[in-house]
Amino acid sequence: MLSIKDLRASVEGKEILKGINLEINPGEVHAIMGPNGSGKSTLSHVLSGRDGYEVTGGSVTYNGGDLFELEAHERARAGVFLAFQYPVEIPGVNNMYFLKAAVNAKREQQGLEEMDSMEFLTLVREKMGLLKMKPDFLHRNVNEGFSGGEKKRNEILQMAMLEPNLCLLDETDSGLDIDALQIVAEGVNALRSPERSFVVVTHYQRLLDYIVPDFVHVLAHGRIVKSGGRELALELEEKGYGWIEEQAA
Amino acid sequence: MSATEHFAAQVRASARAGADVAWLNQTREQALASFEQMGLPTTRNEHWKYTAIKPIEKKAFAAVVGHVGIDDIQPFLFEGLDADRMVFVNGAYHHGLSRIASEGVRIASLAAVLADDAATVEPYLGKIADPRASGFAALNTAGLVDGAFVHVERNQAAARPLLLLFVASGNDAFAQPRNLIVADEGGSVSVIEHYVTLGQGAHFTNAVTEISVAANAEVRHYKVQQESDKAFHIATLQADQARNGRLHSYQVSLGGAIARNDVNTRLNGEGAEAEMNGLYLVDGRQHMDFHTNIEHVVPHCISRENYRGVLDGRGRGVFNGKVHVYENAVKTDSDMSNKNLLLSSNAEIDTKPELEIYNDDVKCAHGATIGQLDEVHMFYLRSRGIDPVAARSLLVFAFANEVLQTLPLEAVRTTLEKTLIARLPKADHLDELVQ
Repeated sequence: MLSIKDLRASVEGKEILKGINLEINPGEVHAIMGPNGSGKSTLSHVLSGRDGYEVTGGSVTYNGGDLFELEAHERARAGVFLAFQYPVEIPGVNNMYFLKAAVNAKREQQGLEEMDSMEFLTLVREKMGLLKMKPDFLHRNVNEGFSGGEKKRNEILQMAMLEPNLCLLDETDSGLDIDALQIVAEGVNALRSPERSFVVVTHYQRLLDYIVPDFVHVLAHGRIVKSGGRELALELEEKGYGWIEEQAA
Repeated sequence: MSATEHFAAQVRASARAGADVAWLNQTREQALASFEQMGLPTTRNEHWKYTAIKPIEKKAFAAVVGHVGIDDIQPFLFEGLDADRMVFVNGAYHHGLSRIASEGVRIASLAAVLADDAATVEPYLGKIADPRASGFAALNTAGLVDGAFVHVERNQAAARPLLLLFVASGNDAFAQPRNLIVADEGGSVSVIEHYVTLGQGAHFTNAVTEISVAANAEVRHYKVQQESDKAFHIATLQADQARNGRLHSYQVSLGGAIARNDVNTRLNGEGAEAEMNGLYLVDGRQHMDFHTNIEHVVPHCISRENYRGVLDGRGRGVFNGKVHVYENAVKTDSDMSNKNLLLSSNAEIDTKPELEIYNDDVKCAHGATIGQLDEVHMFYLRSRGIDPVAARSLLVFAFANEVLQTLPLEAVRTTLEKTLIARLPKADHLDELVQ
């Protein structure tokens, strides 16, 4: 599904990603761990098409095509989803409108009719139920005045509505208490399927107790320095990142 | 002939056609003398520093008889608005197009009141708005003939809002509406001034509205200006507020080549409250200027001001928000905000909050911002599959709509929201946000 080969990227002339290699097959969950400043967030931003990052080398193939040929909104319509570390507040736009616009943008791409209001409401209420979200939430402005947990649940709700192929979760656990973390993780787990792949970027192993990865990769100084199974995350929890960084240096 | 001479001749002619009342004649003559002395303002005047009105001087604007039918005005009545209405064509009251039930309120053309019952308006007319405030205010007063008179008596509430529709028709028309809104103690009324152009002509509107808000009275004043982009629009709103009197002013400026609004109130009685909200959308080569002035004359008054501008093309905006707190006006509570969104590198805004505070026991906040669309917001929308043009329209709508959402009259609010949406590309779906 996603093939990253020797990916290099810079921000304002400073190289952050220094040759990333990663193969992700359908249905797999990959965790990317690493200390602050290792390039974790840069990787998810580069993959989702945010401006301000310059790809200086390597390639990323998504479903057989060059990912970088697509603009950010085209990637989203092609099934790439980024759950933000800091979801953005948009005063003056309510959640319902926002969700509907996103769903219909994707349907337009697929040559489908727009979803009618009843159909949309039925679907969104069902998904909100799974995430234990209150009904009034649809009529509130996007993320405005939301608690940390509400914002992250809103991200997962969008993910559930858009049914992406590739989900990039950028530090989804940051700012969450344990209850919110469980709800969010359950929402993510409900979306796991043989066709859908996940890249879970996180600093802490805690999230991986709930979203159990197939593979764990450790990012340091812009490179993947170690890959393994779930046990690698536990090892990091125990020993910290110091020993990995020493190896990488 | 200089522009001053031209306009002086125009108002002399129109004043002769107006009501012949001694005190009014004197008011007009004094205003004319002020006008001839001051002339029209130049950019050397601090209050007109950023707004050059030269183009107005270059044209021979004059009284023009307009021909307007009911079908012509239909699009400007705010769909779904249940209101009394007065229609003015090129400044003159048009009885045939107006519909007045006058429940709980007296509504009449100012010309009619001046002819029959001038004493009723004598305490207010020309006394709330200082004719010497600018050449334009003097010019309006010197030619004072017609406009709307609204009077709500003690503890009465107007049953319906009143729509004042000012239609300009024909090239080079010169209109000088003069409106007076009087709310007696405990009275309440909503008035909407709507300025439009039939066709795409150049014309010149120079309006003055005076509002008297007595103790415990409440006036909601809406002003929607969507004249043609060749029009020149100059307007002054001046209010006086007595004890616990409330004024809500909503200004929406969409049209005109040059549009200048002065929005002023004096809080003369303790407990008075002023709300002033405004939105200006500037595009092409339009120039829009808002000067507001809130005078906290006495203690314990509240003012809230929120103006937003969206500037595109080669448009230029000016915002000058003055709050003047007098020496004895302790416990003043004032908050002013002006936010501007620049959509083009050729658009320009000059914004200046101007606070003059003469005592220490006050709470006065102010802020002005100028910015472009937030890249983080744009990316968030794009990352959800929304294309960049639609994303931009969505964010512009959301920004501007924060002001429109404060308008209590639903029909006015939704009409303006739809007008805003119609100006934005790839924004059809935004209709769903209008409720």
